[in-house]
Amino acid sequence: MSHGTTGARRTYFAVYAALVALTVVTVLVSYVHLGMMNVVVALLIASAKASLVALFFMHLKGESRLVWGFALVPLFFLALIILGTLSDTLLR
Amino acid sequence: MSAPNDGHTDPAVAFEAAKLGVWTFLATEVLLFGALFTAYTVFRAKYPDLFQAEHLKLNRVLGTLNTVVLLTSSLTVVLGVDAIRKGKARLLQIYYGATILLGGAFLCVKYVEWTEEFHHGLFPDTNIFFSLYFMMTGLHGIHVILGMCVLTYVVVLAGRGRLSASYTTPVEMSGLYWHFVDLVWIYLLPLLYLIG
Repeated sequence: MSHGTTGARRTYFAVYAALVALTVVTVLVSYVHLGMMNVVVALLIASAKASLVALFFMHLKGESRLVWGFALVPLFFLALIILGTLSDTLLR
Repeated sequence: MSAPNDGHTDPAVAFEAAKLGVWTFLATEVLLFGALFTAYTVFRAKYPDLFQAEHLKLNRVLGTLNTVVLLTSSLTVVLGVDAIRKGKARLLQIYYGATILLGGAFLCVKYVEWTEEFHHGLFPDTNIFFSLYFMMTGLHGIHVILGMCVLTYVVVLAGRGRLSASYTTPVEMSGLYWHFVDLVWIYLLPLLYLIG
């Protein structure tokens, strides 16, 4: 618990800089017409940002496997819900 | 509280239990927002042209500005957690106070956006894109308000001298919730503002 050091603070500022940089990139890319790739790139960048927030700000990095399980299982269910619904609505 | 040798009163165990509790709560939140993300995916697949045309009516500059505001608020939260881990309760209050102000700034920008959209005749019943837009940003906004309330409670706790380097639980748990609210917005920005 008590791993709060100046090193940790430096990491937080670096992660913040990366998050803002990725935000700028995703906004700039949205002005370039790439067709379907626009969606893919936007979601990849969003997921990179989400991973940074989860790993460093929510301290998932260094958490036990149990906490990782609690964090990832809902994402599995979310994917299941979205894909399951799409398999119905797209093939109707 | 009552039985001193009960495993639940061991501070380390209590901290882990609280953490799993918050992650479980966040799992239900993923599914709450997940229902809307599912609706978004289904209707975007069904009406791609409508989504493409309608998303251009949103204010991309304000959406981006608000993203930076929320990312900054996540930084101040994690710095607040870092402060209390070192026992600096006063510094925690400053960082969490800053986060609450940033949350307020986010809501103000959101208010300006909604007002602008209402003036242009864009309402939740305009079409499916704007139904989803108002529903998703509205639900997210409610979460920002709740987060601000929880953070205010933590600032009050710190003022009463209840938090220290050996008891950081309320700070860490409220921090997890705030980061989750940030996570949702990280996906709302591209889905609503950038790619429709």
